[in-house]
Order: sequence, then structure tokens, then C-alpha cells
Amino acid sequence: MSIDLDFDLIIDNLPLLLKGAAVTLEITALSVGIGLLIGMVVGIARLSNFKAIRWLAGIYVDFIRGTPLLVQIFLVYFALPKILGMRIDPFFAAVAACSINSGAYVAEIFRSGIQSIDKGQFEASRALGLNWFQSMKFVIMPQAFKRIIPPLGNEFIAMLKDSSLVSVIGFEELTRTGQMIISRTYAVFEVWMVVAILYLIMTLCISRLVAVLEKRFNTSKR
Amino acid sequence: MLKRTLLALPLVALLSSSLLAGCDDKKETAAKPQEKILRVGTNPTFAPFEFQGKDAELTGFDMDLIRAIGKQMGYKVELHNLAFDGLIPAIATGNIDMAIAGMTINEDRKKQVNFSVPYYTSGLIILVNPDNNEVKSLDDLKGKRIGVQLGTTGAFKAATVPDAKVVTFNNSDEQFLELSNKGVDACINDHPVVAYYLVQGGKGKMIGNVMEEESYGIALKKGNDELTKKVNDAIAELKKNGEFDKIHKKWFGA
Repeated sequence: MSIDLDFDLIIDNLPLLLKGAAVTLEITALSVGIGLLIGMVVGIARLSNFKAIRWLAGIYVDFIRGTPLLVQIFLVYFALPKILGMRIDPFFAAVAACSINSGAYVAEIFRSGIQSIDKGQFEASRALGLNWFQSMKFVIMPQAFKRIIPPLGNEFIAMLKDSSLVSVIGFEELTRTGQMIISRTYAVFEVWMVVAILYLIMTLCISRLVAVLEKRFNTSKR
Repeated sequence: MLKRTLLALPLVALLSSSLLAGCDDKKETAAKPQEKILRVGTNPTFAPFEFQGKDAELTGFDMDLIRAIGKQMGYKVELHNLAFDGLIPAIATGNIDMAIAGMTINEDRKKQVNFSVPYYTSGLIILVNPDNNEVKSLDDLKGKRIGVQLGTTGAFKAATVPDAKVVTFNNSDEQFLELSNKGVDACINDHPVVAYYLVQGGKGKMIGNVMEEESYGIALKKGNDELTKKVNDAIAELKKNGEFDKIHKKWFGA
């Protein structure tokens, strides 16, 4: 049994696939970036002294973590326009769904990072006269930051792969581009191999980057 | 002691579930050595050819036809629900023996699969929203957004329109949904499917003439001439004894 690889086909379609990979990187970066902002706010909100704020943040995190991203994408792209009465741009829908999704997971990363800091730190800073916000900003968050970097890196990698789900709304990222090439050429093996390799290259690069960041922030600690 | 018990628990659960799974398989293959199974792939989002009935069973013209063909051939029909663009790859790898999914016979596909004799003649039509008075023909779609189902002849047709943005979906109903959300200006799909959608209460109007005369065929593995012949003989027999006409009348009234 031999596998005949159509290399010409791979080379002909590589530009298209690379374009898809660029789109994947773009929506991942945007989604995790926005997710970071959402997650920071929600993560800290989860630790608020006000019950209402804690409760609201909790609902958001539970709903997003409790439902599949695929279903969330369908809700944003197909269901929301029916409620709003207007169409939603696919790019906007893809980034929105992924950001909201990322935000919930990042919130948990922030919350656990903050909670892992010894309670004594918070008590000491309060004793020194810093209020809640100042304690967070100057004492807790800088220390939590180091612990947050590895799981944040994981979230970026996870979102890069999960972004393949937006293919179901026809959004032309890497996976969808692969499917479209296959529907034209029927070269199932070649295309999926190349798509997998491209995803792998992207995730490996990000892993390296995170490792570098980790080292950088660890030199201050002995 | 407690720690060790807790650690052992998931291991025991994993082992016992895999053992049980193994048991089931043996029982099934032991009970049915004589039954010939026809693994048929389809994409049940294509009413009235194949779609999910009220009781979650796959129903439609194609479904009734393939069950009749299976019965005629003496095989048990096992239906597999796949994305349309995944059907031909699934046949090529042998995951399914054949596919019936309102699939048009064309030269490109003939290079990948065997086709049965044609069993239905159809064409493509453009669907737009009821309030759209701009688009009257394929030419008016220049520069517009067109919704299609990935891998279908409708998709290939839309690709020929200059400057059009073709948005691909996995399922037929998703493209209609997109049209009603005004995400695309028009859809191109098979005429009977669009007609059925409108009859069932879908909002929209068909414009222009039916394009491309297309014949549907059952796709089988390339080179599997033996099974292809059996299917063709079955279809011929069903046409002869009136079963085929009965099914056609049930779904198309004539």
C-alpha cells in the first residue's frame, strides 16, 4: 500500500492555507486580547466584597464554561440576529463569541492566581494603610502576574485550536479554508496534513514565546 | 488508606467501562453474521430528499428510495449522518459503502466515485428575500453575497459569479437561515429543496429560471462495479414494479 502525495496540489494551495492561518492568528489574538480585558475585570469581580458583583460575575463564568463554544458561536451568529433584527458580521460574531468565551476562562485564571497569593500579603498591605484597590494594584496583582502567565499561555494555545470552530459559520480561517480546498480537489489526506502542521507550527511558536516570557519574569525571583 | 482508595476508583471505573464496551461488541457481531449491511451516508438537511422527521427518524424521498433499494437487494440499510462535503471522502476511505444525498452526477465527482443510474432530474435556483426587488437573475448577483452549501453544485455555480462573496455552510438550513438574517443577499441551491422550503413556510422568493439540468445519482466507491451494478439492478426493478413511482408520488405528488 502506498500513499501518493500530490505535492503539486499542496504547493498550489499553500498560499490559500497560509492566508487562512493568518486569519486564525488574527482572530485568536483579538479574542484572547479582549478576553484578557474581560477576564481581568471579571476575575477580580469574583473576589469583590459586594455580593451582587460576585454573583453576576459568577453567572457569566458558569454559563460560558458550562456551554460548548460551538453552541455559543451558533447563538451569537444565528440566534442573536433574530433577536436584534439585524445581521451580524461574521468576523464580528467570530471574535465576539471567542472573546466572551476566552473571558470566562481568563477570569478563572486571574481569580485562582490572585487567590494563590498568601492572604498575609493582602492583610499586611491593608495594615500599612492601602485600600482595597491600591492593595490589588501595587501588592497582589504584580505577584499574581508571574503565576498567571503559564495558564494564560495555555489559554492562547487552546483558543488558537478552538478558533477552528468558527468554520461552521463559513468564516474563512484555516480549517474552513482546508474544507473548501477539499470540496474542490478531494485531496483529503494532503490538505488535512498540511492544516494540522500549520496549526502545530503556530502552537509551538506560542509555547516557545510563553516559555521565554516565563523565564523573563522569573529572574526577579530567586 | 483513603487516598489509595480514591486513586483506585477512577482506574477501576475506566477498566470496567472498557471491559463492558468490549462485551457489547462481541455480542453484536456474534448475533448477526448473516445480515448484509449497507452503510449509507447522507446529509439530512435537504428536505424533501433527506431530513429529520418528527420522530427523529431520517425521512424523505432519498431515504424511502434507499430503504426500498436495500430491501430489493436483500441488505439492511444503516444510515450515517455526515456533512455533505464529507460524503465523498467517507466513501473513498470506506467508512460508508455509498451515499445518497441529492448528489448531482458531474465529471469532477465521477473521477472520485462511481455513480448509479440517475434517479431524479433537478436544477439550481436562486432564492432571495421577499422584499428584494433588485436581484432578478444570476447576473444581478455580481458583487453580492451568496450563501451556499459547501461542496454542492450550487456552490460551484455561485463561484462563477464575478466579484461575488460566496459564504459556505455545512447544512442547507443554515444557508436559508443566513438569508433570513440578511447575512447574504441570495442563496443558490437545488430547485426542489428551495420549493419545499417555501411550501413549508420559509420566507423568500425564487427568481430566474431553473439553471443547469442536473441528475442525482447514488455515489459508490470508485471501481466497486459489482455493488454499482446491484444498485442499478435494484433501481430498475423498483421502476418496473411500480415501487419507484409510488415513492415519487408520495413526495412530489406525481
